[in-house]
Amino acid sequence: MELSGAQILVDSLKREGVEYIFGVNGGAAMPIFDALYDENEVKLIPMRHEQGASHAADGYARATGKVGVALATSGPGATNLVTGIATAYMDSIPMVAITGQVFTDFIGSDAFQECDVIGVTRPICKHSYLIKDCEEVADVVAEAFHIASTGKQGPVIIDIAKDAQKNETLFQYPETVDIRSYKPQMHGDPAQIAKAATLIKEAKKPMLYAGGGVVLAEASEELRELTLKTQIPITVTLMGLGAFPETHPLAMEMPGMHGSCCANYAFTDADLIIAIGARFDDRVTGDLSKFAPNAKKIHIDIDASCIGKNVQVDVPIVGDAKNVLTELNKLVDTADIDPWRDQIQEWKQKYPFEYEQKGNKVMPQYVIEKIYEHYSDAIVVADVGQHQMWAAQYFKFTEPRKWLNSGGLGTMGFSLPAAIGAQLGCPDDTVVNINGDGSYIMTIQELVPAITMKLPLKIFIINNMYLGMVRQWQELFHNKRYSAVDYHDNPDFALLAQAFGATGLRVEHPEDVEPALLKAKGINDGPVVIDFIVDEEENVFPMVPAGKGLGDVIRGLS
Amino acid sequence: MDKEERHIFSVMVENRFGVLARVVSLFSGRGFNIDSLNVAETHDKSVSQITLVTHGNAQIIEQIYQHLNRLIDVIEVTDLSAGTHVEREIVLIKVATDDAQKRTEILQTAEVFRGRVIDMKPASIVLEVTGDEGKLEAAINIFSTYGILELARTGKIAMMRGATN
Repeated sequence: MELSGAQILVDSLKREGVEYIFGVNGGAAMPIFDALYDENEVKLIPMRHEQGASHAADGYARATGKVGVALATSGPGATNLVTGIATAYMDSIPMVAITGQVFTDFIGSDAFQECDVIGVTRPICKHSYLIKDCEEVADVVAEAFHIASTGKQGPVIIDIAKDAQKNETLFQYPETVDIRSYKPQMHGDPAQIAKAATLIKEAKKPMLYAGGGVVLAEASEELRELTLKTQIPITVTLMGLGAFPETHPLAMEMPGMHGSCCANYAFTDADLIIAIGARFDDRVTGDLSKFAPNAKKIHIDIDASCIGKNVQVDVPIVGDAKNVLTELNKLVDTADIDPWRDQIQEWKQKYPFEYEQKGNKVMPQYVIEKIYEHYSDAIVVADVGQHQMWAAQYFKFTEPRKWLNSGGLGTMGFSLPAAIGAQLGCPDDTVVNINGDGSYIMTIQELVPAITMKLPLKIFIINNMYLGMVRQWQELFHNKRYSAVDYHDNPDFALLAQAFGATGLRVEHPEDVEPALLKAKGINDGPVVIDFIVDEEENVFPMVPAGKGLGDVIRGLS
Repeated sequence: MDKEERHIFSVMVENRFGVLARVVSLFSGRGFNIDSLNVAETHDKSVSQITLVTHGNAQIIEQIYQHLNRLIDVIEVTDLSAGTHVEREIVLIKVATDDAQKRTEILQTAEVFRGRVIDMKPASIVLEVTGDEGKLEAAINIFSTYGILELARTGKIAMMRGATN
């Protein structure tokens, strides 16, 4: 029997095991939405804005490791997806974004709601397809899922013309995908791995530096084995938090701009850095000319173009982190580095993350500490800004895929829709959304589908009435000229939550923090929003100012 | 490390719409340079060859190589400058010839460069010269003394010497 291109698309998604599609309907995608209307296997989740759809697909992918799927119409629908696609691209999140396109005959004519989506998304996706013929649909979907989920993962765009959605043909799904021009290198070169093992053996001050790639490669177990076997101190980046338990004595916590002094001093002093699925990002390295001046570098990455991009590497190993670590673990032993370990412990004890209680203010760090106390097993979805850094610092992650945030692109507005995706993907987990007052209002409309679906999201707003991270920079580097960061005119988020139909609470005193968190625990028939009114001008420390070396870390203002 | 080098990349790509745009936007997006570019089908209709001349220090050249390889539609990237290779480019030069004597001189000069006359009008000649970069530069230099009215180059094409896969 012949099926429409739209039906073939939906059937193909089923073959890929897709559970949810996050979308917003519109003219050029109507046949696809129509095919989803009485579909039970692939559930359509209507979002309120296409950006929300792409972040929700992304959050689903981050929490589950499976490919997230977003769907939008042509033109503005597609351009609204763009921020979410770029977010996923920067953090290598497997996603397939489907956009409707105008009729083939209209393409290029500046038709109503026409946009060259392939052109717009070219630099922010792993690959993209324009389908003009319904015959191509099944093959393209199979290829798109294969590309999105293998090698260095990332978003793939499928732009499908409306006539290709409507025209009919036979459905035949390819059993296998073989793309001659796409063969990711999954196994590391044994000679290079042996070289790495030798460097590890010879090092006196080695450190492990693990990033989001470890989480993406499901290599946390292997990373733990390497760390425990060698007893080498480890720092895990913002993107990798949970890949190694932050509570372990060898954990130096997060490195970089707002990372631990211990990790940053260790970089500066180390004689060997073993980077695994981390990319020497500028927020980690600070001034490159001062970064790890004495260290040899081993860099394990699935993406050859990532190696040598920012720093010179002595032993490059291209391959999947899980495979490479499995091989490396066979060659290593306990490192004989007691003085170095003692040094690390000294830094750790001397420079923990700390803050001062100001009067009777609710300190943002205190709120995070209490969230950690009561929700230590939760999936935490953070937004971008000061609250994100405090959450990364004060919440101690011990498992991968429990900490979701937009680390690469730093997209404000990411977290609420991403939390929706995470909750749907992991229905048995508690999902905590730690948000800021600036970021929350950027995608606040997604509270609606969360309420409709009765998702028990815990939405905790760290509200300092400012675009806090920018305000911090203005305080430190722009003579306190608070240009366009004053958010005192925001609405009362607790009342607003109630107006949406969720539970909304407001906390203004330290003694009310815990009772509110406990109350939120008991509300599971829908989202609960707690607006924590915190100290307005608290800063994130430690801080390595932009352009400075990691050794120049500012521990605090006093 | 910082020494700039000229490199010729041969990039075999799927002969599909949009592939060239992906290659070119990679260069513009990451701030790499394209000095010349040539694209055409190969003997296998499903494959196109892009010959691309670029320059940069060793680290940039390595990045260009890796990023080209990362594109899904790229089948194979070869840095031809890394081995012995042959390269050719065609230039069409329209030279002003206002009198017979000048025309004779131009034709003689063309012969030195094994250039061919492909069009002749009372006031101009179109010459075709084929060669590597040095030869073409020399030819262009000489003909510019007669007055070049128009000039078009194909961009380089190149391949490795000897049998390859």
